[in-house]
Amino acid sequence: MSTLTLTTEGDKYVIVTRHFAAPPEAVYRAHTEPELIQRWMLGPEGWTMPVCISDARPGGTIRYEWSNGKGVGFYLTGEYLELAPYNRIVHVERMHLPDPTPDNHVETTFEPDGIGTLMRMKMALPNQQARSAMLSTGMEEGMEASYVRLETLL
Amino acid sequence: MQNLDATFSALADPTRRAILARLARGEATVMELAQPFDMTQPSVSRHLKVLERAGLIVRRAEGTKRHCRLASDGINAIDQWLSQLRQAVAKNYDRLDTVLADMHSSGKKKKRGQKS
Repeated sequence: MSTLTLTTEGDKYVIVTRHFAAPPEAVYRAHTEPELIQRWMLGPEGWTMPVCISDARPGGTIRYEWSNGKGVGFYLTGEYLELAPYNRIVHVERMHLPDPTPDNHVETTFEPDGIGTLMRMKMALPNQQARSAMLSTGMEEGMEASYVRLETLL
Repeated sequence: MQNLDATFSALADPTRRAILARLARGEATVMELAQPFDMTQPSVSRHLKVLERAGLIVRRAEGTKRHCRLASDGINAIDQWLSQLRQAVAKNYDRLDTVLADMHSSGKKKKRGQKS
């Protein structure tokens, strides 16, 4: 199991990295093709994604709808801005809870790494104030101790 | 968890984070907190008020001195929230590992199928 890293850059960004034992093409496809996205981008146990729209071209629509099967759900909308198969995706997204969160600007890159891929996701935080604080290094490190099983987030 | 918005916006300020970092080492008076920041007591007090409202610290008076310490409930709420977020994301990527492995093996099957 690969280690997930989560770090901050400046006040505004969160960087997530994760290695995958598959070539960039496969990881890129798993991030852009609806039938693949629906199999993994599910969050906590018990949730599914009954609706997944991913129109992977500049200006294309993103819409993910999650459900816990008990009448609770929320959704995300977004747009693709730039796509460079199979190494870079730039998109913007927002959660609807149901009020929309501020736009989260995300750049995801997929670099060959050994026989696999290093994914790097750079997010301009949805709520700059709140999240930059939450993830700010001091707190993050202080709390790290209690997250024994967290080797594997974002 | 209702208070989380206030909590996170209280954390947005670097001085307030530094105050929390100091308090993580133990209780301190307002004067002790003001010292390293080169700040007046009133401005430190303003920050402390924000932290208190957000449920991150507790203040108590002892004679003329005011002592501050971390409020475990507030810290635990953030801890729990961050932990849930991390776990959800970690779980996603673990599932993605499985999807990628499936893609790989079904790709192999296809190739083999083509050869035979």
